[in-house]
Amino acid sequence: MIWLTWRQFRTQAVAVWALVAAFGLLLLVTGPHLVTLYRDSSFAACRSNCGQAAGNFLNQLANDPPYHTVYLLGALLIILLPAVIGLFWGAPLLARELESGSFRLAWNQSVTRERWLAVKLGVLGLASMAVAGLLSLILGWWASPIDNAAGLAGTGGFQSRFFPLDFGTRGIAPIGYAAFAFVLGVLVGLMFRRTVLAMGITLAVLVAVQIAFPMVVRPHLITPVRETTALTAANIQGLGINQDGQLQNVFAQAPSVPGAWIISSQVTTSSGSTALGTVPQACQSQQGPNACFSALAQKNLNQAAVYQPANRYWTFQWIETGIYLTVAILLAWGCFWWVRRRLS
Amino acid sequence: MTALDASGLGKRYRQRWALSDCTLQIPEGRVAGLLAPSAGTITVLGGEPASGPAQLAKVGFVAQDTPVYAGLSVADHLRLGAHLNPGWDAGYAQRRIDRLDLDPAQRAGKLSGGQRAQLALTLAIAKRPQLLILDEPVASLDPLARREFLQDLMEAVAEQGASVILSSHLVADLERVCDYLIVLAASRVQIADDVDALLASHHRLIGGRRDPASLPGDQEVVQASHTDRQSTMIVRTSQPVLDPAWTVEQLSLEDLVLAYMSQAANGHRSTRPTLEAQR
Repeated sequence: MIWLTWRQFRTQAVAVWALVAAFGLLLLVTGPHLVTLYRDSSFAACRSNCGQAAGNFLNQLANDPPYHTVYLLGALLIILLPAVIGLFWGAPLLARELESGSFRLAWNQSVTRERWLAVKLGVLGLASMAVAGLLSLILGWWASPIDNAAGLAGTGGFQSRFFPLDFGTRGIAPIGYAAFAFVLGVLVGLMFRRTVLAMGITLAVLVAVQIAFPMVVRPHLITPVRETTALTAANIQGLGINQDGQLQNVFAQAPSVPGAWIISSQVTTSSGSTALGTVPQACQSQQGPNACFSALAQKNLNQAAVYQPANRYWTFQWIETGIYLTVAILLAWGCFWWVRRRLS
Repeated sequence: MTALDASGLGKRYRQRWALSDCTLQIPEGRVAGLLAPSAGTITVLGGEPASGPAQLAKVGFVAQDTPVYAGLSVADHLRLGAHLNPGWDAGYAQRRIDRLDLDPAQRAGKLSGGQRAQLALTLAIAKRPQLLILDEPVASLDPLARREFLQDLMEAVAEQGASVILSSHLVADLERVCDYLIVLAASRVQIADDVDALLASHHRLIGGRRDPASLPGDQEVVQASHTDRQSTMIVRTSQPVLDPAWTVEQLSLEDLVLAYMSQAANGHRSTRPTLEAQR
């Protein structure tokens, strides 16, 4: 059964592994020089209060074209990988057999349909997780100087790995995504019995889940830290005034919590209200922004930030991977149920 | 042991019963339709169908559209069979492919309908099953390919001593290869017996016009048609027909099958209508 699974799967497998190998080669070519740049930077030598040095290092990389491009390409690849696996490995796996009727040939060999399904799910599921894990590993290795610096000061187009868009491109989470996408594709293919239809539905569900999860579920996995600090003039970036001449809102730089995932940051009065009162006189005359911002700071405004601190990063990785793997196992159970009860 | 033992079998597609109260036994070693039942029990070679690898190994099945993996070569299909069946006869499979002139490197998707059917049959036979079930395997073949396919099937089966259940709409095909016949019509088993016994026990009687009810009790009327002066009846009886008023003719298998099928279509049962008996 393993032989047949491999024989049917090898073309798709080689295609995806070749893509990963090509990207790995790109990392191998650019990696050593990135390490040299890091060693020569003041960031590598820095021992404490390294935010400034880290920012300089990232800005230097941002001006060096290949690094930012490879960094983004890697993120794009690893974000697209679950979709590729779900669409081209998962969805056709059983849909094509059901569509062409060849499952009846397979089911009439001396192999039970449960074993047939188990081997297919096992071999391709492990291959999916392995390819995602490997891609995450080599990208994380290549980008480790960047991630270290971005954990202190995200700038120059590089962000902390805790940021929603980057979170899923590092660590073990991609393994969970790949397993989920693969089994989802298989189950959808099994239910709808049409390859192209199954690919479409799988893609739609995957996109919906991958957008909804970071927005709706992930912020609440652990109760976020709420921190209120006094607003200083240096943090203010701008202000909005509504039609009644009242202060609508004050835009302030997010509090500096290195490597944290800032979920929201809002300026309030000292009592916590969002009604900020009247616009200071200094902001209505032509005295320049600095006088205006100082006047605003004197109103005793607060900055309320909601964030997940950097040291929760791996906890979040494990929880999220666990959730995706659990759902993948439930979906796999659904596949077995469907093959036993609904197909005969 | 019986090859297939069904009791009270039924299959329902939504509101319609496609098969109801089907009870039959097919003896082993015979060349004699089959579905997952909605009701009743079925035993194949003494076990529940597809209950495990050992049970699957005993039964070979070729589906109506003779499915193969379009992307795999003929040689890959043989390798597939070897990997998935403990009793695989690699020598036989190879000889059969050679004899049929199938190119091992050819992709199965590029084979003609007849070649595909032959490949599917090769896989089913080379796993050395005790029972081979063929669901209209020749439906898509031209007459010559059909004849060759059936002939080939019979040779292979004779060589291995397997039982065969073959469903077909073409009585001529069945007549050539089968020694046991089951007529399924109007969702019921109309008749199931040895072909020789069926032919020996059914007669066409032609004579002066007569009421079917006036026939002796041991003669069961399957079909009766009348003109003004003449009656033609197909009867089933285990006794010789001695009444000199009748001209007795031998039935062909096709006549016999058609008689049962039209009887089922007209809604008659094998017992005579009660009204006729009382008159």
